[in-house]
Amino acid sequence: MTDNRRLWSGPYIIWSAGFILLPLLMVIYYGMTNGDGSFTWDNLAAFADPIHYRAFINSVVIAFGSTLFCLLLAYPLALILGRRKGKNTDILIMIFIIPMWINFLLRILALQMILSNTGILNALLEFLGLAPVHLMYSRTAIMIGMVYDYLPFMILPIYNAIRKIDQDVIEAAGDLGADGLTILTRIILPLSVPGVISGIIMVFIPSISEFVVADILGGSKILLYGNVIDQEFNLSSNWNLGSGLSIVLMLFIFASMAIMNKTGSGEEDMVSW
Amino acid sequence: MVNIKKLSGRLYIVLILLILYAPLAILIICSFNNSKARNIWGGFTLHWYADLVHNQEVLEALRTSLLLTVSAALIAVVLGTLACVGMSVMGKKLRAVLINITNIPMLNADIVTGVAIMLLFAHFLTLGFGSMLIAHVTLGVPYVIINVMPRLRDASKGVYEAALDLGASQTYAFFKVVLPEIFPGIIAGFLFAFTVSMDDFVVTYFTKGPGINTISTMLYQQLRRGINPQMYALSTLFLISILLILGMVYRFSEINTSKREDN
Amino acid sequence: MKDSLIRLHNISKSFGNTLVLDELELDIRENEFLTLLGPSGCGKTTTLRIIGGFEMPDTGQVIFDGRDITNVPANQRNLNTVFQKYALFQHMNVEENISFGLKIRGKSRNYIRDKISYALKLVNLEGYEKRKPSSLSGGQQQRIAIARAIVNEPRVLLLDEPLGALDLKLRQDMQYELMRLKEELGITFVYVTHDQEEALTMSDTVVVMNQGYIQQMGSPEDIYNEPENAFVADFIGDSNILDGIMIEDRLVEILGVRFDCVDTGFGRNRPVDVVIRPEDVVLKEPGVGNLDGEVTSVIFKGVHYEMDVMAAGYEWLVHSTFCYPVGTKVSISVIPFNIQIMNKPESEDEKAVTFDD
Repeated sequence: MTDNRRLWSGPYIIWSAGFILLPLLMVIYYGMTNGDGSFTWDNLAAFADPIHYRAFINSVVIAFGSTLFCLLLAYPLALILGRRKGKNTDILIMIFIIPMWINFLLRILALQMILSNTGILNALLEFLGLAPVHLMYSRTAIMIGMVYDYLPFMILPIYNAIRKIDQDVIEAAGDLGADGLTILTRIILPLSVPGVISGIIMVFIPSISEFVVADILGGSKILLYGNVIDQEFNLSSNWNLGSGLSIVLMLFIFASMAIMNKTGSGEEDMVSW
Repeated sequence: MVNIKKLSGRLYIVLILLILYAPLAILIICSFNNSKARNIWGGFTLHWYADLVHNQEVLEALRTSLLLTVSAALIAVVLGTLACVGMSVMGKKLRAVLINITNIPMLNADIVTGVAIMLLFAHFLTLGFGSMLIAHVTLGVPYVIINVMPRLRDASKGVYEAALDLGASQTYAFFKVVLPEIFPGIIAGFLFAFTVSMDDFVVTYFTKGPGINTISTMLYQQLRRGINPQMYALSTLFLISILLILGMVYRFSEINTSKREDN
Repeated sequence: MKDSLIRLHNISKSFGNTLVLDELELDIRENEFLTLLGPSGCGKTTTLRIIGGFEMPDTGQVIFDGRDITNVPANQRNLNTVFQKYALFQHMNVEENISFGLKIRGKSRNYIRDKISYALKLVNLEGYEKRKPSSLSGGQQQRIAIARAIVNEPRVLLLDEPLGALDLKLRQDMQYELMRLKEELGITFVYVTHDQEEALTMSDTVVVMNQGYIQQMGSPEDIYNEPENAFVADFIGDSNILDGIMIEDRLVEILGVRFDCVDTGFGRNRPVDVVIRPEDVVLKEPGVGNLDGEVTSVIFKGVHYEMDVMAAGYEWLVHSTFCYPVGTKVSISVIPFNIQIMNKPESEDEKAVTFDD
């Protein structure tokens, strides 16, 4: 029987060729040519410029820190929510998603009001008789901003992974004499690894190319790799250099992804929400 | 013992909610603040709300944002669902290739995705609403596929073949039998595509044409000269409507589950 | 064959590199209850799916009532399927499920209503019209699936392990139900199962399959009493399958002892397989029968005792209504009629299935 369903993915195949692959080819084209369209390695080599690779290292450090803190904050929460009995938990999880629907620039601005030297946090500390903290315009501030912005991306996949663990498996472990801690470390933790990996990917990748949070909370004192690319495109209008630096970023992401997938379960779909 | 565990669990949930919602609370407070300075309380006012209705720039940006997000999510749902159906009957190798390509926009840095689509349009066409829309659809489709694919895998073969067996055409079988079974996945996919589009700044920033603004890009421009407190009012209104909708969904699903239990 | 309703001719089918069916030939007669029986992976379900139109054979033809329907899509074949996991439409109620095919055929409202009540009566589920499938038990869902198929008045009903998901008691009840349905409808049933008891109980014809080949086709009695090779003997009920040497016509040597039998035509001094059903092994006082041995285990099975008897280095499976305790010295005897001689397997698929017990 001829199955016409095969054709149904046609529109998307065309779409992905035109709007996923072709644009990437454009980046590669621009990144490997100079202004007059002749081939060059210069735009890629420009990564070695101290300004560029220092910004890159800044980005990696901050992205790494944000991802780690997101994981530390999100895992217990996902565990509590995921092991919760009762049917309304899925609605409860929505409450953790909603902040993402409020414009993130506004949220980061509000965060700035909390963190600034004359902000709410310091007023609170003063009220409690504690010394004020100077967080603004530092890596810490940027990291707090990113953790705040990307936390839901970490909560959701881990929650889903823990939710999927069969109650029978946990009861079986208990039946075999495992105590709560053993069940957590030997059963739940390993079974939630795919969710953790998804979460790490979902947080690390946006953090590494983030530049707006740095604008607001870093006060343009700290240059991130995203800022560099943004400036090449929007200030210097040097699309070739911007593309070259983008290629390096892309290579870095896909290389780290490949490593993650090796350590992970290696399923067909890399990201499981 | 059990109670302490339960209590500390609840406390932790509340703590995280506090972190996530504290900035939102501040936005709400600012929206009623009769002072342009953010850290000075100038008394209670509603005039930011009143002004909002007359601010053409904001209304225009809001219109663009909503139109962009809703239509991007809808197009992504249709494209993604059709793609899933096709992929479910595709050869293994071709499917693996397509899934890997699909994962690119989800796994690649937003800035690269934005730059890439910008280059394509700037080179061959012009930037504008079209390029933004295409970029947002491209961002959303992977999330639709992730949500629809597992449902389709569970549902389609059995009921689809049963419908054919009873004489249905392939198209009829899909719409009448398969679609209802995968519908929850489609809804989830829509919500994800919607959220991703709503939360996006970077891709919009690179792919927007001159003279067009979404709420995000407008705010970014305002960053330098100071945020208009009307924006706080707008986000407060937005938050309230989301909570209302969610409350309604919650009520509805509760009625539904209790109905199901009656049967 | 004149009254052949469905003829599968030269059907081969591979999935990837696995050959699932190899030049299969099969005739299904009008109004017959035919069962495809075999272990999982034997090709029985693929055969059914090829008849149903869900799989295209790589070679060969499907002839239905004299017409080649190999290229006719599933939705245009005059046959219906009852699926293994019911495949009921969960978002529709019972009535909507049953009327699905009738609505597609544009039947009138009255006709559909009459058909629904007729079908529900037939499967003993009157009054369930408005129920959702999820609120029904497994057995009830299966009846709805059957009702949904038969209202379309197919000439052939294909059933793909329809009772596989039900518990034992329900499965037995449903077997009688299906036989009754078959009588009332007067149509052809093609039934797929891996359960030999189910196959023997219900069928007019049993087709035993293994590794893509038909091993034996015949009435349940033929299949049980005269298996043609070790695979069939082993798969259909418990068997003692022993190496033997056909000394001459009507005389076979097993485990060094000569037994009279009734088979002829195997030649002289040829190695053969010998099948003896456990209920055909008669236990006697030591020295009286053909072979002396000792009971090594006894299990009470309700109708009979199942015993293992070690004799001449072979562990015989014996069914008897009389219990011999473990350690009892006995002797084994078999009457000539109950010794079944088979040729040695010529290929892998004809061999008995070996399990690591």
